[in-house]
Amino acid sequence: MVKLREMSTEEPFAPGHRLCAGCPESIATRMALKAMRGPTVITQATGCLEVATTIYPYTSWKIPWVHIAFENTAAVASGIEAAFKALEKRGVGKKVDVLSIAGDGGTFDIGIQALSGALERGHDFVFICIDNEAYMNTGIQRSGATPKGAWTTTTPAGTVIPGKPEFKKDLIAICAAHGIEYAATACISYWNDYITKVRKAIEVEGPAVINVLSPCPRGWRFDSSQTIEMGRLAVQTRYFPIYEIENGKYKLNINVIKPKPVEEFLKAQGRFSHLFKPEFRKEIETIQSWVDANWKRILQLCGEAGG
Amino acid sequence: MSTKEKPGWKSLPIAAIIPEPGSSMKYKTGDWRAFRPIIDLEKCTGCLLCWIYCPEPAILQMEKKVKVNYDFCKGCGICAAECPVKAITMAEEGAK
Amino acid sequence: MKKVLGLTGNEAVALAAKQCDVDVVSAYPITPQTIMVEKFSEYVANGEVKTEFINVESEHSAMSACVGASLTGARVFTATASQGLALMHEMMYIASALRCPIVMGVANRALSAPINIHGDHSDMMGSRDCGWIQVYVENSQEAYDSVIQAFKIAEDPEVLLPITVNLDGFIISHCMEGVEVLEDDAVKKFLPERKTDFKIDPDKPLTIGPLCLPDFYFEFKRQQEEAMKNVPSKVKKVGIEFGRLTGRTYDVLHTYHVEDADAAIVCLGSTAGTARAIAEKMRKEGEKVGVVKVMLYRPFPAEEFRNAVKHLKALAVLDRACSPGAPAAPLGSDVKTALYEMEHKPKVFDVIYGLGGRDITPTDIEDIFNCVLQTAETGIIEQPVMFVGVRE
Repeated sequence: MVKLREMSTEEPFAPGHRLCAGCPESIATRMALKAMRGPTVITQATGCLEVATTIYPYTSWKIPWVHIAFENTAAVASGIEAAFKALEKRGVGKKVDVLSIAGDGGTFDIGIQALSGALERGHDFVFICIDNEAYMNTGIQRSGATPKGAWTTTTPAGTVIPGKPEFKKDLIAICAAHGIEYAATACISYWNDYITKVRKAIEVEGPAVINVLSPCPRGWRFDSSQTIEMGRLAVQTRYFPIYEIENGKYKLNINVIKPKPVEEFLKAQGRFSHLFKPEFRKEIETIQSWVDANWKRILQLCGEAGG
Repeated sequence: MSTKEKPGWKSLPIAAIIPEPGSSMKYKTGDWRAFRPIIDLEKCTGCLLCWIYCPEPAILQMEKKVKVNYDFCKGCGICAAECPVKAITMAEEGAK
Repeated sequence: MKKVLGLTGNEAVALAAKQCDVDVVSAYPITPQTIMVEKFSEYVANGEVKTEFINVESEHSAMSACVGASLTGARVFTATASQGLALMHEMMYIASALRCPIVMGVANRALSAPINIHGDHSDMMGSRDCGWIQVYVENSQEAYDSVIQAFKIAEDPEVLLPITVNLDGFIISHCMEGVEVLEDDAVKKFLPERKTDFKIDPDKPLTIGPLCLPDFYFEFKRQQEEAMKNVPSKVKKVGIEFGRLTGRTYDVLHTYHVEDADAAIVCLGSTAGTARAIAEKMRKEGEKVGVVKVMLYRPFPAEEFRNAVKHLKALAVLDRACSPGAPAAPLGSDVKTALYEMEHKPKVFDVIYGLGGRDITPTDIEDIFNCVLQTAETGIIEQPVMFVGVRE
């Protein structure tokens, strides 16, 4: 656990970027960089953060930063990690931590192959997925991380189909299935848990993955001042459980004893507003059932009571 | 500056590499604001929650308290919403 | 004392890469390139190299990891073919735009569909615009020699572009020949350690791969074009230096009996060998024929090509690839474009052959020579684009 007062006031991530007001991606990035322990290299996927922080000739990055393409962040990280090892053998290497940052698009969907390969090969790097639950940069299209019932431009809230029919993919379980030492969920609203986890992930010798929930005011449809509150609601309704998996062992980090009904989370966002129409109300019940079942499953895996 | 007046291919570093770290600080996003945060230093306890939650970052630590960097603050309102002692209010930009 | 080893094209490429002391190899196997990767894995497993070998899960990731590695200042090698090259197509453009001097061995193979694992040039021709330097070799010796030279050309500060060394799938990749190899020290002396100004370095943080809007993108593409312009002179310079070391001098193209010819065949790769043998035979019969083997395909050595053929009456350009719907096949298009500005130029027709590994026989070559001699005499082109070897 960390204390705000003890954190470095150095900002390797500079303002002047063009991210939306209230954007969770920069919050997630800033927080992650507070956990740096030494020279760090960022490999980044195409997405909001990449595009808005590096509009030539401006860059918000004060540390080495590389963007290659959308789906290959983990492959690029693999190459960089291996190269630094090779350069060290040659006597010209430098010790660096490799930190990959990608959105849910570049992780859950198009990026999953490269991520899987990198995890299986065991490269020493940290992969942070800033999960805002859709392809936000291209205008809010659905991803494998989009929850059931959410409006997106490719899963519109129609008269026949009310938003995305499928449930959210369990990325952290997929990552843990590779037998990696550390995988965790996190949320920017719980900065202490998240920053501690990033540091833990960096210290792992091998791959580590963190999926940090990043509520997006534009895509989720809420006021820009509510970004942190939205993350809090996501956790307090048990919609987004916060846990970690260390060497295959699940551990619950935030136990929500008295959960708020998921309806409170849903009604705070425009992307779920259609579910409150009489003909789609039952979808909210379906979502609540899923949240309950998922919570129970997580509790069971974590060896907690009630599971 | 119009496109025609910007540097040419002969003088630009190759491969679109940006050699100056943090050059985005030359781009002042403060003019995006519709509302500006005002910190009541009497109420401020220096907890630093606004500092860690600011997306820019546009909140600077100042001795035991904080201050807003209005060059970059976009007026999102997160600091005001998260302040545990309600020391920050959002005032309309340009209002007296 | 010269050392000659029995090596297939793939083995020759792997050995050359080994001797070039590459830091990182990131590759995915695909027939007929597989042996390049397998051989290199053996070197790694036996501790014969200090290379970090990344067994990536796809060719797209192979090139991605190569770009990442190259940007740290490491020397990088990879290899692929056909579908693999097609899969990494997106990354090819990025590698050249980010000015990564990666060397890639390509065992040219036909592109699906239908799926075919045999040799033709359609894979590399599909990527001819991606900004990579592209060299085609005729045999295992040239494959070995070209890989060593490739690193030197690519890493030149006035170039800094990635390069493919293309060898005909199966025909060269799997054909064992006597290859004269250099001692490790000789290669190290010829090719010193890679040095670069721009790289991923925590002491000098750079932002690599930013977004460039319409106000800047164009300038960086212009830079790439300029780097390409510097290539032919570097190829010649390195080719001469290599010649001093081995007795085998390389150039952007090689001509055979062209100086006093009336007509010639222009081609890439192993077919040049067959063409030369037939040209030799026909010369004995009094026919004035020659062969132009293009080695440096991208950038296309237009000036050198014009100088070599300006006195000829007719050319038959052999293309082991086609460009459906185009007025000529790839090499034919480049030849015609290069000659267009000449006041007096040879008549040119295109011959598409050997797709999917279809053999081109000495008889076929002789027929083509007779055809081009006919054109040289009459000035008439019977067919601007003809297919040889396909059943009607």
